Amino acid sequence: MLDCRIPRYKVLRDADECIHCNLCVRECANEVHYLSKKTGALKADSMKCVNCQRCTVLCPARALAIGNWPQVDCGSAAWNLPTMADIATQSQTGGVLLASMGNPKPYHIYWEHLLLNASQVTNPSIDPLREPMETRVLLGSRPAHLRVNERARTLAEPLPPQLKLDVPILFAAMSFGSVSLNTQKALALAARELGTYFNCGEGGLHRDLEPFGEHAIVQVASGRFGVDPYYLNAGAAIEIKIGQGAKPGIGGHLPGEKINAEVSRTRMIPEGTDAISPAPHHDIYSIEDLRQLVFSLKEATGYRKPVAVKVAAVHNVAAIASGMARAGADIIVIDGFRGGTGAAPKRIRDNVGIPIELALAAVDERLRQEGIRSTVSLVASGTIRNSADVVRAVALGADAVSIGSAALVAMGCHQCGDCSSGRCNWGIATQRPDLTARLNPDQAAERVVNLVRGWNREIQEMMGGMGINAIDSLRGNRLMLRGVGLNEKELEILGVKYAGE
Amino acid sequence: MNHPDPSPSNTGGIPNRTPGHACAHRGASSRPHIASRRNTGQHPRAPREGDVRIPSGCAIAAIMDRSGKRHDGSDILRSIALMHDRSNGLGGGFAAYGIYPEYASLYAFHIMYEHDQARRETEAYLDTFFMSEKQERIPTQPVASIKNPPDIWRYFAAPHPMRLAASGLDEAEYAMEHVFHINSAIDGAFVASSGKNMGVFKGVGYPEDIGEFYRITDYAGWAWTAHGRFPTNTPGWWGGAHPFTLLNWSVVHNGEISSYDANRRYVEQFGYDCTLQTDTEVITYLVDLLARRHGLSQELAAHIMTAPSWEAIDAMDPRDAAFETALRATYGSALVNGPFSIIVGSEEGLLALNDRLKLRALMAAEKGSMVYLASEQAAIEVVCPDAERMRAVGGGEPFVVQLDSVAKAKATAAGQVNEPRNAPLRHEVGVLPDRHLLRKEA
Amino acid sequence: MSDQTTFEREGGAGLPEHPLPSAPEVTAVTVEQNAAAQAVAEGAMAVETTSVASVTVELGTSHFREANAAVRAALEQANTVVLTEVFAQRYLGCAMKAGKRLEIHGTPGNDLACYMDGGSVEVFGSAQDQTANTMNAGSVVVHGRSGDATGYAMRGGELLIRDDAGWRAAINMKQYGDRRPMVVIGGDAGDFLGEYMAGGVVVLMGRPGSHLASGMHGGVVYLQRAHVPSNLPQGLVACDLDAEDAKVLGGLLARYDRCFAGEVRPDGTVAAAAPLEAFVALRPASSRPYAALYAS
Repeated sequence: MLDCRIPRYKVLRDADECIHCNLCVRECANEVHYLSKKTGALKADSMKCVNCQRCTVLCPARALAIGNWPQVDCGSAAWNLPTMADIATQSQTGGVLLASMGNPKPYHIYWEHLLLNASQVTNPSIDPLREPMETRVLLGSRPAHLRVNERARTLAEPLPPQLKLDVPILFAAMSFGSVSLNTQKALALAARELGTYFNCGEGGLHRDLEPFGEHAIVQVASGRFGVDPYYLNAGAAIEIKIGQGAKPGIGGHLPGEKINAEVSRTRMIPEGTDAISPAPHHDIYSIEDLRQLVFSLKEATGYRKPVAVKVAAVHNVAAIASGMARAGADIIVIDGFRGGTGAAPKRIRDNVGIPIELALAAVDERLRQEGIRSTVSLVASGTIRNSADVVRAVALGADAVSIGSAALVAMGCHQCGDCSSGRCNWGIATQRPDLTARLNPDQAAERVVNLVRGWNREIQEMMGGMGINAIDSLRGNRLMLRGVGLNEKELEILGVKYAGE
Repeated sequence: MNHPDPSPSNTGGIPNRTPGHACAHRGASSRPHIASRRNTGQHPRAPREGDVRIPSGCAIAAIMDRSGKRHDGSDILRSIALMHDRSNGLGGGFAAYGIYPEYASLYAFHIMYEHDQARRETEAYLDTFFMSEKQERIPTQPVASIKNPPDIWRYFAAPHPMRLAASGLDEAEYAMEHVFHINSAIDGAFVASSGKNMGVFKGVGYPEDIGEFYRITDYAGWAWTAHGRFPTNTPGWWGGAHPFTLLNWSVVHNGEISSYDANRRYVEQFGYDCTLQTDTEVITYLVDLLARRHGLSQELAAHIMTAPSWEAIDAMDPRDAAFETALRATYGSALVNGPFSIIVGSEEGLLALNDRLKLRALMAAEKGSMVYLASEQAAIEVVCPDAERMRAVGGGEPFVVQLDSVAKAKATAAGQVNEPRNAPLRHEVGVLPDRHLLRKEA
Repeated sequence: MSDQTTFEREGGAGLPEHPLPSAPEVTAVTVEQNAAAQAVAEGAMAVETTSVASVTVELGTSHFREANAAVRAALEQANTVVLTEVFAQRYLGCAMKAGKRLEIHGTPGNDLACYMDGGSVEVFGSAQDQTANTMNAGSVVVHGRSGDATGYAMRGGELLIRDDAGWRAAINMKQYGDRRPMVVIGGDAGDFLGEYMAGGVVVLMGRPGSHLASGMHGGVVYLQRAHVPSNLPQGLVACDLDAEDAKVLGGLLARYDRCFAGEVRPDGTVAAAAPLEAFVALRPASSRPYAALYAS
């Protein structure tokens, strides 16, 4: 069958600068760069290029760049090149289009329409370099009110278990199998260094990561991979994964070729077989069933671990979140529709779910209307790209945020969106030993630690500007936000005033 | 709602309200308090407090006799007058405790009216839910600088016993609910205070003029607090002046808090309605929530609002750290951030508190059974030249003055676990959908 | 004669929304000297196991949190705990380890033996839904029926059900290394038996519902030749037993008989394993059923 697809990218090699070191040939797992068998000349097959930028970054002569393929489209806004390419792919395979990372479509990024406040005259800004500035967050459920013996300074009932974050940032769930063990190790090292938590995802906890248990959140998804009493008690908290922003309503499917010996051992499934997570948990067909799973996990861990429940941001997310709180979830995690993934059906990734900004605002407001916001913790994720996004998310109502893509980018990911191929040139979304060896966990951890430390300093600066010295006072403080370029309805849902109001 | 707006001027008014908006925050809208503009077609007026959030700087002062002996308002008047330059003539007021001993068991409602219609509506409402023993216009005297004052009345009343029993609320919640209703639903009426054996006298003007207007030297109380306000904008009406009150609480406050919206959205979960959008209002609700509803001591409530730093908690022994951690985890949204100094009055006495970074001034001194508090030392010395133990109230260190009788009772009481009493939220006990919201959606 | 201690507790009415994690208050402790004799008199099947030291706990309508705390406390005292008057308490046997045994009289609630890690549970009655959810190892024997999603994500151990199983039994069951879960269903099974099954063994004596073993990509389902649906899903093959099959299946059939033979079911029939010869093995043709599903 004729392959009607054309390349997306064009490899641009500056012949004057190229020193023919052939590093690009060795580095490209997609075999874009190659030496001509006939002439020995350095060539490029642009068709195979996914724009991971590995060659561009590593080229010692700075002789490489990746451009768009210069083909013009037919002039129709509807029938543009990507649309045509998708049809070509499906007409040639009959398959479900697969994609990776977050929704790339140009939907509104509401973060960019929310501006932050600063103090002028009527109250003072605070200088975080010289005055205390608290970014510690506790995650867990709390009573609406405490019963205490004030004279003895004791609690009548113990506080439910809490996670203690020194920065308001967690690492999002990424399973071993979808990412490499080195990636998870880097996140584990970074979490320990930063005083926060990584999330092992649904693929079990590799034995090398067990020493990081105090900084691990172990996940229970519908496939229950690696889930046994030891696993449940190995981390600091348990997260029930109902859904993720990139693929709401869809299960997981790790292809057999990624189930090598280590992945197999960690997931406790045979090597080479597909690892299928059903779309729903088959013990949760209703909200009261979630309560059953939450409490089965609490029973299995002696009520010593907070239980988080993660859902994708979907249309009725506010009511869902309220139900989750009432079902006993200690931490509610909402993942917006731009959240990343190792693999998802493209049409799902690009078309299902709602933006995290609106979902977060709606959830926080609903929980407050119900009078239960203070009894549960709320974590937002799905395109938290910088410290200002963190501040916005907290001001909208989040206790903390999770970052996945940003942490991967810190390690080298260039968002090419080809994770599902298993040929990640950065050693992140692959199990190929030659590729995973490219990611040094210590160095990757250092980059992630630098990133989060940098963000946290910026968060402190922004809080200080607002005259706030504890992140508790930023949480849900929507007066610190003003909208620009938003309509009335968007302002209403976000619960913010327009700039100038 | 169809009577004309009698007060087109910038003073004396009370913000217009949409009916039923007191519970609007329990519905879909997150912005419960944008008042409607009835005076369309007239010259545009500046927004009144409640329409917008108006930051303020201030002077505050308080004088209390721990023995419970009463003294008249002349000292507090002199004390606050000395700090004239800390206010700008756009708000002043006083709270006095122990001034109505003959009606000590009754709620003393001080209510301001913009017009007669408001008074008629309010009195009809009060007659339905309370049994009034006495009602009268509060005596005032003309002061040159005070223009266009509202009509100000007081009522000494007890809850209607059968209605109280049928409400399922305790007396305080019952009174509070009806005060909220009057303030939010009766156009042109505002309850300035609603405690027992206490009252608030406040308005637009310098505090010394307001004190003269209300003839506060004619009253005798065991505690007085005073407020001189420096709002950035004209608050436009008398109800917005301070002290702010709720039941027996009165709060005077200096500063602008940066945690306002976090605190507001926290207390609104418990059914409070921050219609005025002022710091003082939200601080009052926090104190009421923590101390009255959750049953914590005023000290612990203040401690929660100015929680110790995590650095300090980490350095504590594990038992103390666990206690403080639980407080911060549970009450993180009750942390008050940004500069403030407050004096909270109640039937127990006074509570003074500075923010934990000590960004505002507040001095304290004593002489015998007398305790003095003021933004500035001289405002104490002007009424008590030989005041002793003059000191600044530290950042995040609650300064508590209790009546000797209260202190004695507490000292002998056994250490007990507090028993919170949360009133059910309206949406939890309603039997029908909120018709106002249904109409809006339709 | 060993001491038999009965923990009686109050009913579950008015329990707090989030009960305390501390052990519930024991409201009455009585010592029954003749519990075993009484058990004999009542014809309870627990009699053979009460000859070793065991503790009896009456659950009544207590809340699961109290009940499980009491069960855990009792398991500290004795390796075998007899639960009487069981009414809907969830999670009994949760994460229970090897060497520990629960004998349950009544009807336990959902998630019986969830995450169980080597323990043994025997139910003298029926089980509700999600029995042996994500069980890792051990044995669950149900003298009755078990409900929906029975054996969900089981990874090891055995689950023997005398009568029927509900819908989606053995769903997403898997195996790893020497852990190979075995589910034996004496009666019929609801629809979607063995859905997404990735490993382990299912023995079905009675009839399957529709959508049998949909998405199955590992393990084996033994069912009677006469019950193999004509419209077997694509990717599944039914074949005669080989020697290994006969060994495994034969062992399970014998195990079934040891547990249940001669017991009279509610419909009047007598429990007995079907003959080995009647069975065929249902297997996935590929461990990668969806290998060609995607395009990128």
